[in-house]
Amino acid sequence: MNGLVVENLIVDHGAIRAINNVSFTVPNGQLAAIIGANGAGKTTLLRALSGLNNAKSGSATWNGKSILQEKPEDLARSGIMHVSDGKSVIAELTVKENLALAGLWRKDKADVAKATEEAIELFPRLGERLQQSAGSLSGGERQMLAIGRALVARPQLLLLDEPSLGLAPLIIEQIFQTIKTLTAKMNLTVVLVEQNAMGALKIADEGIVLNLGSVVAVDNAQTLLNDPAVRTAYLGF
Amino acid sequence: MNQFITAVLTSLSSGAIYALMSLALVLVWRSTRVVNFAQAGQAVLTTYIGYAVIQKTGSYWIALVAAVISGALIGAIIDRFFMRPIFKRITSGPIVMIAPVVATLGLLGIIQAIIGLIWGLTNQSIETPVSNAGLNINGTVVAFSLYNALVLIIVTAVMLLLTLLFQKTNIGLALRASAYSPEIAKLSGIKVDAVRTLGWAIAGAAGGMAGMLYIPNTYLYPNAMDVLLVFGFIAAVIGGLESLAGSVAGAMVLGFAINFSTTYVSTKLVFPTAFVVLILVLLIKPSGLFAAKKGRSA
Repeated sequence: MNGLVVENLIVDHGAIRAINNVSFTVPNGQLAAIIGANGAGKTTLLRALSGLNNAKSGSATWNGKSILQEKPEDLARSGIMHVSDGKSVIAELTVKENLALAGLWRKDKADVAKATEEAIELFPRLGERLQQSAGSLSGGERQMLAIGRALVARPQLLLLDEPSLGLAPLIIEQIFQTIKTLTAKMNLTVVLVEQNAMGALKIADEGIVLNLGSVVAVDNAQTLLNDPAVRTAYLGF
Repeated sequence: MNQFITAVLTSLSSGAIYALMSLALVLVWRSTRVVNFAQAGQAVLTTYIGYAVIQKTGSYWIALVAAVISGALIGAIIDRFFMRPIFKRITSGPIVMIAPVVATLGLLGIIQAIIGLIWGLTNQSIETPVSNAGLNINGTVVAFSLYNALVLIIVTAVMLLLTLLFQKTNIGLALRASAYSPEIAKLSGIKVDAVRTLGWAIAGAAGGMAGMLYIPNTYLYPNAMDVLLVFGFIAAVIGGLESLAGSVAGAMVLGFAINFSTTYVSTKLVFPTAFVVLILVLLIKPSGLFAAKKGRSA
């Protein structure tokens, strides 16, 4: 089975069962939005998929290959890039150095240069600030840098954790549109975890609603957006 | 005037040695959050190895290289087979902060005991490779030797090389990224565990060099590097613990304070000066005189 397949995944966060028997599938080239309130287990789910957290049981495969029990750096090298929450940039490094991180280990240096150029093309603001420290960037710019860095690794599967967190509405709109564009353009598979359900579902193909660690609804994103029961019960709008 | 120039020169050369030790501590601290007390043991062990090499070959320079290389190896071995398992096993509770530090104290004791078993507890000495007699300036002999000058030159060269390594190379970028944010580094595909071991190796090499440069001015015995560890640590705290440039600057501040107080006030003031400087810095600017600026939080 191609794409990301998660089956009966259970992840504990300390004494709490953060992810309880979660199953879903994201076919290649699709953008799936995982939405849910704070504490629904979204971040823990992504951290388990990228190797930062250990799963207790269940399975997760990417294009048929198991990704549980793998180290985050090995998953990153095999094309699974996780952009963690909190605008994951290294404040002490320059913008240029942040971008370079995801290409350090790649053999094809010419393609690293090309991928870096493409990331800067996608986010021109980064190009203007290459020598600045990432700590001096605004929240939106940091998010652009975090996504841009992931792209330098030429990922196949992109795991995005709350890219809209703490950003102004206009910037959120821009980031979401960019995510949609690059999913199609670079033939990426994207798992987008969001509290901003409306914005995420608008750009997603599939929607997965998570509540208290369990999947409570899976459907076409448009259908979920228009389902009054789902809207009132889980999306809160 | 001569006295003043001498004080400046000796400040620089002793500051240079403190800087190496301080660098060894900061490198480990910022990459693994461990205050490595074992560094005093590592550095004295590599100096004994250097001493043994001198006995065999008669060459200080071969011994210096041997000490630096064995310092790197010992540092890497300690991280790979000692610290890494500790970090793997202990993952929660207050013991996370304490266990690694206590482990380095234990290591310090073990290393010093082993040295005692092999080489005994008596003082050994290492001859300086060039004259350690005070230079003659305008007919007066000053307390600054050709050897002091050599130390200053070697350390400056090493600092420049390390700066290039950290700022201009891919390995340096991986080292900095792994130190500042191991999680983001991992998610970017960097093998952080291996990079950390490399950090310990570089630290061990710096300590190895510090030992070989420092000991010819004094004697070699199992606890010979304890004082330097304290000075290196004070320099690191003055420098803000995180920054390599800061630790060098901190070492120079300490070198100048100690040498000027001993030159102009009393030779008994080495330790009081060091601790007064430390306490003043902690009272006035606890984050260190050269702490890195924090980025904006928005």
